[in-house]
Amino acid sequence: MLGTGILKGMVETAKNFAGSYHDPARLTTVEYPEQRIASKENARQFPMLIHDTEDPMKGLRCVACQICEKECPPQCIYIVKSKDKRADYKGQMQFYPATFDIDISVCMSCQICVEVCPFESIKMNTEFELSNTDRFGGLLIHKEQLAKSNEHYRKIHPTEAAASDAVLAAEVAKAQAKAKADAEAKAAKAAAEAKAKADAAAAAATPAAPKPSSPAAAPAAAPAA
Amino acid sequence: MTFHDLAYDAGKTDFQRKAEVIGVGREGELLEVAMGPQHPSTHGVFRMDVVLDGETVVKLKPVFGYLHRNHEKIAENTSYLGSMPYTDRLDYFCSLTNNWAYALSVEKLAGLQVPERAEYIRLITAELTRVLNHTCLAGFLLQDMGALGTPLMYAFREREKILDLIESLTGARMMCNYMRFGGCRCDLPAGWLDAAKKVVAEYPRFLDEFETLLSGNEILMARTQGVGKLSAELAINAGITGPMLRASGVDYDLRKVDNYGIYSRYPFRVPLGSHGDVYDRYMIRMLEMRESLKILEPALKDIPEGPVVDPKAKLRGFRPKAGEAYGRIETPKGELGFYLISDGSPNPYRYRVRPPSLINLTILEDMCLGQTVADAIVTLGSVDIVLGEVDR
Repeated sequence: MLGTGILKGMVETAKNFAGSYHDPARLTTVEYPEQRIASKENARQFPMLIHDTEDPMKGLRCVACQICEKECPPQCIYIVKSKDKRADYKGQMQFYPATFDIDISVCMSCQICVEVCPFESIKMNTEFELSNTDRFGGLLIHKEQLAKSNEHYRKIHPTEAAASDAVLAAEVAKAQAKAKADAEAKAAKAAAEAKAKADAAAAAATPAAPKPSSPAAAPAAAPAA
Repeated sequence: MTFHDLAYDAGKTDFQRKAEVIGVGREGELLEVAMGPQHPSTHGVFRMDVVLDGETVVKLKPVFGYLHRNHEKIAENTSYLGSMPYTDRLDYFCSLTNNWAYALSVEKLAGLQVPERAEYIRLITAELTRVLNHTCLAGFLLQDMGALGTPLMYAFREREKILDLIESLTGARMMCNYMRFGGCRCDLPAGWLDAAKKVVAEYPRFLDEFETLLSGNEILMARTQGVGKLSAELAINAGITGPMLRASGVDYDLRKVDNYGIYSRYPFRVPLGSHGDVYDRYMIRMLEMRESLKILEPALKDIPEGPVVDPKAKLRGFRPKAGEAYGRIETPKGELGFYLISDGSPNPYRYRVRPPSLINLTILEDMCLGQTVADAIVTLGSVDIVLGEVDR
């Protein structure tokens, strides 16, 4: 009979209407500014720079290598390398970014900067309420606003941050082991040079194979932890 | 040809044309209407220059390019990896299948092997994308027919469940940027498979509801049956692919023809239409969603553990050896192909996209001639275009 299809459809609509009052599967919206859906762990919005120390500007992990600047598909990153160097988290002397700007009106949140960064220093933030009255200057984010602590990173991406911390801890362990081995080798060399005695010459054979100290003990010393 | 040329030339050729198409001797006054680029039914910034005799379409010219952003040239001037996020923006409803098509052609070029687990993830995400796209299309098609709101809102409610899955996997709802050359960017998060199984298990309930609401509806049948007919012969000659071609009764699905990925492991049927009208195109999509769910169910159970990316693949300094490759997959809209020529440098020498939306749009005039304006809008809706892909 003509019209039965429409009537069946109307019954369906009525079911949905009535269901929206008691069935959460049929009413899925929330009242946004008051109620919020929790952000997904993998969610990404715009990049941020991670720092490890109290003073954000002193503890930035970024060493201004400019790889992200080159790889960024829409070219929204602008970096100026510093003239001087400072010690990074493992005590190595490194450059730091004198300027680090991201134009988030150009950024397309693709996360390629995060993937190519070899220093675990640029990560994705989840902040999305970034509307601004100044459409040019207000959306050009400088390193002061970009800097976020590692605690913040651990809070928003726990799994990813744990992996990142492990990578850094391994780096620190490697650096410490190398430094220790270097120091031992140096000391041994100095000892060997200073003394021409027979017993000293015998001792010089021991540091010939300096073993890195056990890596299990080293991660505890990481400043990131 | 500009719109002015069209208006000028309408005086002579269209009269003849109209007589051929409509077969009426009486020549009324013709009216040129520019539908779009701001018209709500054109699915984006797209214009149809329509010449009308009363309400009958005697000439229709699709005008596109408003959303052109030079995708191919940008890709030739950026690294292989740098083009991956841009492919998301082609067909922004189905960024995961776009990623896959591009990754597939680069893998052919560079000879990378995709690990087993990554193949499963690709299959699962691609089929989820197909379900998502067809759900939305049904909603939009009904909106074009004047069913303002209800079907579209139901469709969007269900789409949101799949988008939640995609967001928890890739980090973004639409601009996923998830596939990488030789695998996927990251592994599935904890609990993702269970959430996906739940969505897949509940989806048929929605499809049943949706079909009760729509498929038997007399208004929908009256508006779509016999409208926008496309013969199999014309469809093949015009290079139409995807659900459009299958609605005309041609059995051609790249998932069966090319057997890319691991589609050969899962049996599924390819629904075919017999009339090639708008109703067939609508029904094909409803049936394809059910077939996709049939693939998803066992795939979500079978997925093995393992790495998700080829260890040989590298992110920085990726330079495939000189050569050329064409990779294509069956996206929800049709055959999406990427043709790449490498000269051994970090950028592709030539990067060409074969967009299904654009090629399916070329026969719009043939489907609309002799019908009313309202039918032209429904026909356009059934082609399933996304202007990001048409204009590139």
